[in-house]
Amino acid sequence: MRKDKLVAALLQAIALSALAGLMIITVFIFKEGLPLIFRTGLKDFFFSADWEPGKGNFGIMSMIIGSLAVTLGAMLIGGTLGLGMAIVLTQFCPPKLASLIKPTIELLAGIPSVVYGFMGVVTLVPIIRNYLGGPGLSVLAASIVLGIMVLPTVTSISIDALKAVPRSYWEGSVALGATRWQTTHMLMLKAARSGIVAAIILGMGRALGETMAVIMVAGNALEVPGSVLDPVRTLTSNIALEMGYASGEHREALFATGVTLFAVIMIFNTIALSFARRTIRQGRGQ
Amino acid sequence: MKRIPPAVTQAIAVTCLWAFTLVTLAILLFIIVYILIQGLPGISWEFLTQAPESMGRRGGIFPMIVGTFMVAGLAVLIAAPIGIATAIYLTEYTREGKFTFIVRFGADCLAGIPSIIYGLFGFVFFAIALGMGLSVVSGALTLALMILPTIVRTAEEAIRAVPAAYREASYGLGSTRWQMVTRVVLPLALPGICTGVVLSLGRSISETAAVMLTAGSALRMPHSLSDSTRTLALHFYILSREGLSMDKAYATASVLILLILALNLFAYWLMRQVTRRMG
Repeated sequence: MRKDKLVAALLQAIALSALAGLMIITVFIFKEGLPLIFRTGLKDFFFSADWEPGKGNFGIMSMIIGSLAVTLGAMLIGGTLGLGMAIVLTQFCPPKLASLIKPTIELLAGIPSVVYGFMGVVTLVPIIRNYLGGPGLSVLAASIVLGIMVLPTVTSISIDALKAVPRSYWEGSVALGATRWQTTHMLMLKAARSGIVAAIILGMGRALGETMAVIMVAGNALEVPGSVLDPVRTLTSNIALEMGYASGEHREALFATGVTLFAVIMIFNTIALSFARRTIRQGRGQ
Repeated sequence: MKRIPPAVTQAIAVTCLWAFTLVTLAILLFIIVYILIQGLPGISWEFLTQAPESMGRRGGIFPMIVGTFMVAGLAVLIAAPIGIATAIYLTEYTREGKFTFIVRFGADCLAGIPSIIYGLFGFVFFAIALGMGLSVVSGALTLALMILPTIVRTAEEAIRAVPAAYREASYGLGSTRWQMVTRVVLPLALPGICTGVVLSLGRSISETAAVMLTAGSALRMPHSLSDSTRTLALHFYILSREGLSMDKAYATASVLILLILALNLFAYWLMRQVTRRMG
């Protein structure tokens, strides 16, 4: 019995390691980045588009706008496709076929992001350049590539949310004479709403945090984009592009970019998690 | 306005949704087939077993294969025991409460942190603060943190899927909790746990941003854990981005895709074992 208590204590200590990791990450990123934000001043850091590390100008506004633009674009594409797929797989697809399609979507999640970026460069970018104009490397290209990359996240979490809706709801609706589509969009989507919101927000977090694929297709220009065909630089690509040669204050500024990204993503995640928990409670009928 | 009959709206909606699904599957297929068609001809025994020459324009990718497996393998070796122990604690040793809430919150937050932030953290913490430099071990520790939440979640699900009757039977025979966990629950949950571990290995192999900032990009063969190395994904990125050699880039990408395909198929097969066993 004493050995059992020892094991329990040991396991409990190990279980804290994820939390400890999270805390160390937070502390180190903020410690490296926060001082520069205050030295530069909140206004000059967040609301200036002058990023000239050589001259000591560290304004990240164009990158914030860039990140928001590609994330929104990605969610329009990935959110629609992903939710559509989740509906098909849970409501309209024979279960046998669904159990084949689901691992395939997981495979989509397994493909390295550099491969997505590369495919964007060799197929999508020339199409945009030739048919829509501009340099091809653009908000649009990044949105499409990211949209495909966030699909697995949106799909799998939406599937969980739709599956958590009690079967009796569905049966009740169909028994009242509603078609399966009416049942889906009037009942299932509403009942699973908070889980679907969680899926979309977590997908946004993925899109916002993606780095390598965006560097390859977004063009990385340090300007506020005027249209979807303009090139942009995101917060993530700014870090990855310049970290290799940055030192001193420049490096601090890249960490400060990281702090911004980190804070936004943590807010997203907390919102998404609270929505996800609500679904679970509903699913249990409480 | 005339009302459209429900059957018609249903037909339209379902057609659209199926179109979305087929488009996604077509994109996936296109990516895989495109890369393999361009890259498979470039894969040969020499390509897989020789060192690269002139920055990767010629020669093979052997040091990158070794480097990739060192970094990803070590990451899994570190994260798997911690993740599985966490899952055992959460499922078998405690009730749902404040503690489980906090631990799960921590894991969920870790899961949401983007890889570039892991890279920044690994760089200042492992490489600089702990003095490990840009090395296999810095990269592996960073990746281990990154895949930890996945391993915890999948292991938890696998353990929860073991029917309560098995636990009761084990207690009924007079076993302690630890005996019950190690001799009854873990063997039954093993395939499910392995699925998570295999998928995490795949994720470690695919990761680029975090590895770039922590393991470096040295082209030479890593001889120890403190050597810098370049993983396959990063090598592919550098080859294509700097226009060194498109043929070598496609061939490297094909190796990556084949690896990921194999790992996913293996994970899928393991998952099937679970469903068969648990009925």
